[in-house]
Amino acid sequence: MSELTLTVIRLGFLAVLWLLVLSVTSAMRADLFGVRPPKPPKQSRAAARQSKQPKGGKGLPSKIVIVEGPDTGRGVPLQGAPVTFGRGDECTLPLADEYISTQHARLRFHEGQWYVEDLGSTNGTYVGNERLTRSTPVNVKSRFRLGKTVVELRK
Amino acid sequence: MSLNQRLPRSEPANEEAVVPRRGRGTELLLLIFAVGISTFAYINVDLGALGEVPADAMAYLGGFFAVSCIAHIVIRIRAPYADPVILPIVVTLCGLGLAMIHRLDIADDTSHATTQLTWMLVGVALFLAVLFFIRDHRILARYPYLMGLTGLILLILPLMPVIGHSIRGAQIWIRVGGMSFQPNEAAKIVLTIAFAGFLVQTRDALALAGRRFLGIDLPRARDLGPILIVWVTALGILTVQNDVGPSVLLFGSFVLLIYIATERISWIILGLMLIGFGIYAAYNVVSHVRERFDLWLDPFIDPTGQLAQSLFGLAYGGTIGTGLGQGHPDMIPIAESDFIGAALGEELGLAGLAAVILLYALLVSRGLRASLVLRDPFGKLLAAGLASGLLLQVFVVLGGVTRLIPMSGLTTPFLALGGSSLVMNWVLVALLIRLSDAARRPAPTDTPSFADDAATQVVRVT
Repeated sequence: MSELTLTVIRLGFLAVLWLLVLSVTSAMRADLFGVRPPKPPKQSRAAARQSKQPKGGKGLPSKIVIVEGPDTGRGVPLQGAPVTFGRGDECTLPLADEYISTQHARLRFHEGQWYVEDLGSTNGTYVGNERLTRSTPVNVKSRFRLGKTVVELRK
Repeated sequence: MSLNQRLPRSEPANEEAVVPRRGRGTELLLLIFAVGISTFAYINVDLGALGEVPADAMAYLGGFFAVSCIAHIVIRIRAPYADPVILPIVVTLCGLGLAMIHRLDIADDTSHATTQLTWMLVGVALFLAVLFFIRDHRILARYPYLMGLTGLILLILPLMPVIGHSIRGAQIWIRVGGMSFQPNEAAKIVLTIAFAGFLVQTRDALALAGRRFLGIDLPRARDLGPILIVWVTALGILTVQNDVGPSVLLFGSFVLLIYIATERISWIILGLMLIGFGIYAAYNVVSHVRERFDLWLDPFIDPTGQLAQSLFGLAYGGTIGTGLGQGHPDMIPIAESDFIGAALGEELGLAGLAAVILLYALLVSRGLRASLVLRDPFGKLLAAGLASGLLLQVFVVLGGVTRLIPMSGLTTPFLALGGSSLVMNWVLVALLIRLSDAARRPAPTDTPSFADDAATQVVRVT
């Protein structure tokens, strides 16, 4: 085995080792910067018509944002599926607010309108100064409050 | 205040944009790469030392690939969302370690590599067993006291009269039926689980209750009591066994865990102060420790010249190393276990050793990442504890080998010769895979529409 071949192999090995380190790092990139969410699975037409929010429907909110409370700045898009709020892990939007129940409130889309309803929470859900007792329609710029958290619907 | 409340703030505001990919394809690609590198290293050793391609190179490649594939397939079935880079990193490290042990075998005319390979298979088998039998990491949180007791028993075992066994002055082995085993490697994992379990139950009390003393919040004795008892006993046992490394490791990961659990910086300060005091006391009382310090300050007074040879080796290797099989790592006494870092540093150079350290860093970062993303406090603590234990261990060993800190007998995870360490580190990796799977598994987004009926909730046992 000639000296030259061994040197080439030695450098080659180091290069490959570093290549592995770099590929591992690039595989981790997705975790740091995120990847595009996958397209939602195709629903059957009928189901889509019922639950899916019509695209560009006039005046319909497209996302919710938390504007007050410990989770200020977080939010989720509204796509037609119900959104639940609470401290529990199984909620769509788990919140850190201590004044919130495990399952506190829910946003629900029904026949072209979003409704907010209280899920029997301890401290109640408020629209304005009114404590919710039944499903209440909400629109863009509506705010509702649970615990110390204020949620706003946005276009 | 508590771990799960921190979570939302540590995540970016556009959380909904991040959808974890399963990454099983990525894992397979990286795994093929890792197996390739391991085989490359193995062939390179023979080429450099003997000038020929080993006859069993293809068998080695095939065997390594088969083992990795089995692990990969089991992950696909049992932990489909697990972090894709953990397994390839571990396989690479194992492959590098095997190649280097094989290289030292050639020089010393021993056959440690076969033993190590066997232990690796046992390790992978246990890895698979953990993935199969522990479906949810939260069951580990059920019996923290029992876990703590088990950990202590494991630590005491080597002191028992019949099975206890002493090698090179350290009473840390048990021998049953001709097989030696270091139970403290297992105790490391069990005690981490126990600490995580304790701290989940008591962290709020630890962080809030108690009085302030010298700017440090001291917790109430009854909150800290159980952990403190386990910890002091563990340290005492280890001191009796004349083994410094594990005590440092145990103390360090304990302090880091309690810091992570309570989020009080005062714990780090307290920990550093205790470490300083402990080292001072040990230096004055324990002859073994004083010896280690003297060797650190002046490596040439050692008759075996282990540390000095290690430094010579590293210097001889330089930036890009002598090439695998072409250095003289066999001049370092027992290079295959404690000083494998120096052997790798000689033959792969600074460039190679840095890559190895980076691989460790990436592995640790994956553990911490799982800890950040996990939703349950026990999982968070366990992932952080296991990752920081690994981090400390690598630091203590490689720091010792490079004479940054005094040498203390710990094994280099995955690289060093030693069945117990290798097997237990595979178990640790299995736990990390299980935790990262739980962390990356998407939360159920679509709540059932009959939520109103679910007035009684299922209280999760964490």
